[in-house]
Amino acid sequence: MTTHDLEYDNPNAIEAHNMSVYYGSFRAVKDVSLAIEKNRITALIGPSGCGKSTVLRSFNRMNDLVPSARVEGQVLFHGENIYAPGVDPVNVRRRIGMVFQKPNPFPKSIYENVIYGPRINGWKLSRREMDELVERSLRGAALWDEVKDKLNQNGLSLSGGQQQRLCIARALAVEPEVILMDEPCSALDPISTLKIEELMFELRQHYTIIIVTHNMQQASRASDYTAFFLMDSDRTGQLVEYGSTSQIFQNPKDERTEQYISGQFG
Amino acid sequence: MAVTELRRQPSLLRAAFERFIQVLLVFAAAISILTTAGIVFSLVFETIAFFSEVSIVEFLTETEWTPLFSIKKYGIWPLVTATVLTSAIAMMVAVPLGLIAAIFLSEFASDNIRRTVKPLLEILAGIPTVVYGYFALTTITPFLKNFIPTLSIFNSLSAGLVMGVMLIPFVASLSEDALSAVPNSLREAAYGLGSTRFEVAVRVITPAAISGIVASIVLAFSRAIGETMIVAIAAGQNPRLTFDPTVPVMTMTSYIVQVSLGDTPYGSLSYYTLYAVGFTLFIFTFILNIFSYWMVRKFREVYD
Repeated sequence: MTTHDLEYDNPNAIEAHNMSVYYGSFRAVKDVSLAIEKNRITALIGPSGCGKSTVLRSFNRMNDLVPSARVEGQVLFHGENIYAPGVDPVNVRRRIGMVFQKPNPFPKSIYENVIYGPRINGWKLSRREMDELVERSLRGAALWDEVKDKLNQNGLSLSGGQQQRLCIARALAVEPEVILMDEPCSALDPISTLKIEELMFELRQHYTIIIVTHNMQQASRASDYTAFFLMDSDRTGQLVEYGSTSQIFQNPKDERTEQYISGQFG
Repeated sequence: MAVTELRRQPSLLRAAFERFIQVLLVFAAAISILTTAGIVFSLVFETIAFFSEVSIVEFLTETEWTPLFSIKKYGIWPLVTATVLTSAIAMMVAVPLGLIAAIFLSEFASDNIRRTVKPLLEILAGIPTVVYGYFALTTITPFLKNFIPTLSIFNSLSAGLVMGVMLIPFVASLSEDALSAVPNSLREAAYGLGSTRFEVAVRVITPAAISGIVASIVLAFSRAIGETMIVAIAAGQNPRLTFDPTVPVMTMTSYIVQVSLGDTPYGSLSYYTLYAVGFTLFIFTFILNIFSYWMVRKFREVYD
């Protein structure tokens, strides 16, 4: 019996327990405890510098790429602490994918962009299976109809919104369970933003999505749960309030949450 | 009032100074362009003078080069093959080692190591080539003789190997610049898909930097072709048509050295051979430069 089976009834995809993140001696995030429900969209909001991106990046060990970064506490994925000794961050990232603030397709063809992940993961696929996977991923990212006739074109030749959906397709191709999105719409125009939001609702059926956003309208219309972060006087980020999006936006319990969502600061 | 201030003419002195600076800058720019043009023109004219006495067919079909002997033959190929042979050996050393060094420095080394090693590499690039030449002749050749007893004292193998070592910092430094210039967002994207460090370096960053890498290789190759001291000292002075790396040969540059140092009378045919060979060399490097320019433009990715 694998851990996966044991965790079958666990409604949460990721659980952080007393997680703190340090950059060198600077404590960027303090004591975050947060349970992310499966097949839901959870938004992390808060003013600049409140640590929401840092929290997001701790969920798939992207902070490991910063040499001075260090994480304390636990982040559980299927009941297993991803920061436990012996856990390979490469395996973590293969199951918890990421979409970044700025679209960052590889300077390769659209097809090669999508198939990159499966290739490095060593999936043995026939040409036909690869074609199907590329089509399925691009359809999943609502990009197929726009690019099906030009799969050999360079990914960088697409528009910004298309590039971002290509990055989502690229993340989908490795069939992750969780997709982390770090302000995925901040570089996009309103129409492309709307497309990505619609797409998130589609993806929710099969994936757990955690999205960092600056845009409170986006959090309120496109998420199921919202976590509000704020930094204290030491510039250390903390989780202030976490609940269903409707509760956070209509009936916040914390005074600071109310001030933030009503636009009094930030 | 304010308007009249704005429209006030600049003082004559300032206008004259501006003009002077402008002329100075144009002059400085013109010097380098005119010098280059002058070199090309003198090459072309003297080469034409050469070909009025030696047919271009002989130049390109004859297999011997003996302009300083009593039986004179003017086939460029022995010099060309020697140049290509030594350069090819050099590239076999410089490209793999230089690229590995570049990938290591850019993608694997810590900041501290990079900060120490890169300047060291650049010092290596500052060693005079005459030193490399004697190193090849007095150290590498005797060493190689242990393994290849038939190796001549002068040979293209040790000259090429040492030239390759000379070019490592060239390839490494320029390729490292190209690799480091690849935006970090691509590294993050690759890591985010579960790539290992090696996969990020080899499958994403290197292809993304390929135009700069190719440019560094082409540049190193044209330096190898034009390199003079190492081959003049260590590869020999015997023009012969061969791809055997163990025997003495004569590259185009070695020939130019030989003629320039000797007592070749001005205006004689052997004097003009200098220009014919120089012009051939020029065509080689010119084609390489055009190729590298084309490569860079064709494969450069523009990231914003």
